[in-house]
Amino acid sequence: MSDALIELVDIQKHFGPVIALNGVTVSVKAGECHCLLGDNGAGKSTFIKTMSGVHKPTHGKILIEGREVNFESPRDAMTAGIATVYQDLAMIPLMSVTRNFWMGREPEKRIGPLKFFDFTRANQVTMSEMAKMGIHLRSPDQAVGTLSGGERQTVAISRAVYFGAKVLILDEPTSALGVRQTSNVLATIDKVRKKGIGVVFITHNVRHAMAVGDRFTVLNRGKTLGTAERGNIQAEELQELMAGGQELAQLEGSLGGTV
Amino acid sequence: MAESQPTAAPQKDERVREMSSLRKALIRPELGAICGTILVFVFFLSIASDSGMFAPEGIFNWGTVSAQFAIIAVGACLLMIAGEFDLSVGSMIGFSGIIIALMSVQWGFPTWFAILVAFALALAIGALNGYLVVKTGLPSFIVTLAFLYILRGLTIFIAIATTRKTIIGGVKDAAEGDPIAWLFGGKVFNWLFVWLADLGVVGKFVAGPKAGQPVVEGIPMLMIWALILIIFGHFLLTRTKFGNWIFASGGDAQAARYVGVPVNRVKISMFMFTAFCATIFATCQVMEFGSAAADRGLLKEFEAIISVVIGGALLTGGYGSVIGAALGALIFGVVQQGLFFAGVESSLFRVFLGVILLLAVILNTYIRRMITGER
Repeated sequence: MSDALIELVDIQKHFGPVIALNGVTVSVKAGECHCLLGDNGAGKSTFIKTMSGVHKPTHGKILIEGREVNFESPRDAMTAGIATVYQDLAMIPLMSVTRNFWMGREPEKRIGPLKFFDFTRANQVTMSEMAKMGIHLRSPDQAVGTLSGGERQTVAISRAVYFGAKVLILDEPTSALGVRQTSNVLATIDKVRKKGIGVVFITHNVRHAMAVGDRFTVLNRGKTLGTAERGNIQAEELQELMAGGQELAQLEGSLGGTV
Repeated sequence: MAESQPTAAPQKDERVREMSSLRKALIRPELGAICGTILVFVFFLSIASDSGMFAPEGIFNWGTVSAQFAIIAVGACLLMIAGEFDLSVGSMIGFSGIIIALMSVQWGFPTWFAILVAFALALAIGALNGYLVVKTGLPSFIVTLAFLYILRGLTIFIAIATTRKTIIGGVKDAAEGDPIAWLFGGKVFNWLFVWLADLGVVGKFVAGPKAGQPVVEGIPMLMIWALILIIFGHFLLTRTKFGNWIFASGGDAQAARYVGVPVNRVKISMFMFTAFCATIFATCQVMEFGSAAADRGLLKEFEAIISVVIGGALLTGGYGSVIGAALGALIFGVVQQGLFFAGVESSLFRVFLGVILLLAVILNTYIRRMITGER
């Protein structure tokens, strides 16, 4: 496991009497897309929040490139190269693409004693980074609100990549998107992976996971049910593991395998 | 399943062609305010052009009133873009004024010291407002509404307890020869107007103690302050890193925090800036009138907010423009004084204002939808 960028070993998280995570072990390697699957309430959100420094684990350890770390805040995780793109909190729609892209890390240029936002450089970098991801903006001052949901996710992803993320956590990036936008986002994930970044793709959609995933980990009731390599597992098995029982299989049968 | 509902595919290339450069230049947050300004000027030029409204004295009359609105509007604008309100601006104006008058006249401190203390107190109260909003997570509407009453009550109490009056006069005499008082009450560029008067552009007093002097003595410092604040606010908002943080804090505080924007610091400093603007207003007023009254600044918070909203800012934060707010203040000042020049019954001013406010907000909502793709 020495080639793992980040390893989370036996993570437990308790919120008072509620055990949200009860021993989750996941590792992410460079250049892989690790899909984290689970139904609502399985502990996916708690787990990625632990990974990105929002929550501190009650028990268990986090290793980055083999060294144990303690994240006190999301900022620590970001410094360690862990970037998280949240589904609905990725972008501020009223602000321009450039302003969003550089938010919190604005480039500055000095004019006399004063420091100004360097828009020339910021716009240039934004346009070229977006073009690399296959999005051609009308102009960098375009408000993010004018972009589609998939494009917004892509802006957020390319922002994370540009600022040196080693591990990119995507929280249900496709769950609110249409077919075409979903395939755009999946294509973006593929591009990011090829740069050697470890991608953690959280989803409850097995088909999206199968489309890009290299490894699959299923969470159910706060526990990992094991990790499988691509090619060693079928979509139906993943579906069954997520649901944790026969019920869904029966349901699926009656729906003609469309779930 | 979300996947089974195809949404409109992005047609980027078509959109590139759709927007002409003229349209792009026009579509900006200030567009509504620019239209409003033109409309208001055309209106008053046609109904009140022979009333002296557009003679030099007339221009300075509505110019001063607009500058007053602009000073508090700049503060309110940046704060509103950062996602918060300050309803205590009016009370802060009364409070700062009384502090200055009390300290310089009643207690005999030098005026410059009184002014500095007023600014320090105002900034501290602004910071307290901000701290309470940020720490409690309560809407700033409620927190600053509380301060609207607390400050107003304290102001009246302090004035009565120390002088048995709510109006303290004699500030002009106390401020005579003060090193910084002129920064607020003085007039500059007198030579310019003397020269213009000699050229016959500006009239001269023909009788009285000021005979031979131009009717406009100079540009009041109030206007200079308004210009400085507008330019400062505009550059801060649109050209700096901090400006980006202001937009981000108001647009979506949580998203901004996730990328490391110090949202609390931004909001608290904007509350302090609003208090600072209110104190500039108060100091200018006290220096000009030579007195302070505990009831000064009544309803100013709403006038500031109205100017900002006419200027195209979004009440929920994250969107707006300082130039727009300044134009909003100009519209406000021109309408208020213009109706007086036009001899219109003064009670109709509020009707007029309400109509303008409504029209401006409708137009601005439409413009904003075009820019931001809001639905």
